[in-house]
Amino acid sequence: MKHILLGDEAIAQGAIDAGLSGVYAYPGTPSTEITEYIQLAQSKKQDSAPIFCQWATNEKTAMEAALGMTYAGKRALVCMKHVGMNVCADAFVNSAITGVNGGLVVVAADDPSMHSSQNEQDSRFYAKFALIPCFEPSNQQEAYDMTRRAFDLSEQLHVPVLLRVTTRMAHSRAMVMTADSPRAQNARTLPADTKRFILLPAFAKRNYADLLAKQPEFVRLSETGGLNTYKRGSNTKRAIVACGIAYNYVQESGIARDVSVLKITQYPLPVALINQMVADGAEEVLVAEEGQPVVEELIRTVIPSDIRIVGRLTGALPRKGELSPDCFAIDGFAQTPKTATLTEKSLMTLPGRPPSMCQGCGHRDMYTALNEVAREYNEARIFGDIGCYTLGALPPFHAIHACVEMGASITMAKGAADAGQYPAIAVIGDSTFTHSGMTGLLDCANCNADVVVLISDNLTTGMTGGQDSAGTGKLERICMALGVPEEHVRTVVPLAKNMEEMKAVIREEINYHGTSVVIARRECIQTLKRKARK
Amino acid sequence: MKKDIILAGVGGQGILSIATVIGQSALAEGWYLKQAEVHGMSQRGGEVQSHLRISTNPIWSDLIPQGQADIILSLEPLEALRYLPWLAPDGCIVTSSVPFRNIDSYPDINEVYSAIQTFPKHILIDTDAIVKEVNAPVQAANMVLLGAAIPMLGIEPEIVESGLKKVFARKSETIVQTNIRALQAGYDYASKNL
Repeated sequence: MKHILLGDEAIAQGAIDAGLSGVYAYPGTPSTEITEYIQLAQSKKQDSAPIFCQWATNEKTAMEAALGMTYAGKRALVCMKHVGMNVCADAFVNSAITGVNGGLVVVAADDPSMHSSQNEQDSRFYAKFALIPCFEPSNQQEAYDMTRRAFDLSEQLHVPVLLRVTTRMAHSRAMVMTADSPRAQNARTLPADTKRFILLPAFAKRNYADLLAKQPEFVRLSETGGLNTYKRGSNTKRAIVACGIAYNYVQESGIARDVSVLKITQYPLPVALINQMVADGAEEVLVAEEGQPVVEELIRTVIPSDIRIVGRLTGALPRKGELSPDCFAIDGFAQTPKTATLTEKSLMTLPGRPPSMCQGCGHRDMYTALNEVAREYNEARIFGDIGCYTLGALPPFHAIHACVEMGASITMAKGAADAGQYPAIAVIGDSTFTHSGMTGLLDCANCNADVVVLISDNLTTGMTGGQDSAGTGKLERICMALGVPEEHVRTVVPLAKNMEEMKAVIREEINYHGTSVVIARRECIQTLKRKARK
Repeated sequence: MKKDIILAGVGGQGILSIATVIGQSALAEGWYLKQAEVHGMSQRGGEVQSHLRISTNPIWSDLIPQGQADIILSLEPLEALRYLPWLAPDGCIVTSSVPFRNIDSYPDINEVYSAIQTFPKHILIDTDAIVKEVNAPVQAANMVLLGAAIPMLGIEPEIVESGLKKVFARKSETIVQTNIRALQAGYDYASKNL
């Protein structure tokens, strides 16, 4: 069957067709659509074998649940944005040590250029760190095909496989040919080796030795599996190593017309193919890769030092940001980026149009109240978090002084309060609170830290499009159970008509010298509109 | 045959529906397609753009190289100007003339129009007036704009119309008909004013 699919959707369909039993994920751009696609497919096809597809509370719980599913012999997919890999790193790295029973594929969607993220970390490092194979498709068809291959490889080698995509791959559509029907799911089977999943040092040492012993096989499969290809050019002195979607830009630009091209979509590096490129007389090698210079650094350990290697480290390609076809000059090795033909004709300077919180959004009323109260104090500091409300850093609110990673608002406010900062206020969304804020609040409560935690509860995971939020209906009980006194767990409705009440509540809790929580609860305007249309 | 199209607008205006309809039409013609779009943070009232490429031959890059777009198709006049570096020397700007003013620094609209009018091939279309004329809601402005671009697309109007039907069929027959009227009105306008 032929479909127009996003890269994310191609991965999702590939996983379904590979005989998936469960997808575990926390929403995060640009990975969210993978899980959403599977959820939609499930709601449409209730006669087929069920696939577990409910959102997880965070990437770590997702990764661990997936490991449990593979323990029971079935195929599991874990999806996240690149920084989600940091959250689940403990489970991820150790899943390589336990190995898997059913197939386990982890999708990391990187966001070079930080379209919707706080850094540009490259998840290929994680595959190398965990010593497992990694796939990096160059187009949507490959995304579909490689997802199935990743499951096969995982079951063949008994290790998890990382599938790495970047924003342009995740969020670009193209035609994809898919199978007519999915492969059957695995039957439940328990691991034959009963010690495999017990990482006591004695067993872990044995498992680690097993994992190391598999490394040459991983390299051999990269060389002979057919996903990495070497094409000798008429000019063999120059060669391009093109990884993932960078291959498309190289092809589009025309710089590959005469030179040799090594296309890489499977890691670890295919050493034999690189050696072939060298044997053919390569004197200058351009490494084109989306993200950080992972291959550019690694390839230096494989090929002789007299061969000139250029790429993102040497400045031949931009050191940061995502690549585009414009990064590759027609005449050679990307020394001079092409310049636009019509830029000078824009005739006027254009004002930017930054994203902003929606009109009618409850976060706006929350910030209006918070800002007015904060101004009553000398040097109030507001520690923000990850979500739509991060936009409170921009005009007109200029409300927050920090935003680092999921959950950091609460614990940074605590640390600052420990250092004597007063008032120390955290602003965190409901979904981010259950993702990574609860443990921090427990730290606060255990020492009665002088912080106010303002949970801006819009009853959804708003920034990524309105997915279910894990703590909906439970937030007050969670805060109290973590040790915040009942009289200091306050709830307000962020509306203009309630402004004086909201300000009074926030002021009272700032004046209380201990841990307190103010929940500002009103449904996300976007999810509300969507429900009204139904 | 190959068309590179930059779709532009402000988050929430409906540029992705335009892309979906063109995509369905290209699929019906047996063409190749690639369409890069923006999700996530920048959708919240910010500038959004999509690179849409359709071709009878396989397409490599998901992104259009600068200086190569055949059409800039924009639901907002200021946003049309943001992507000029991508426009080919003989490329065409098709844009709604209706400004979306959610920023304080929005320039004088006449200055925006004059900048667009310096391009020999351009269509400035009052999508709000046209949706009213054909008794369609303002949400159908995107189909008016798409209609206006049909002469430049290299796809027959009937094919685009059946693509539209496919995309909107899951909603309701009324919505299909409303959008077809909008598409037709846009096409008529462009045919008269190009």
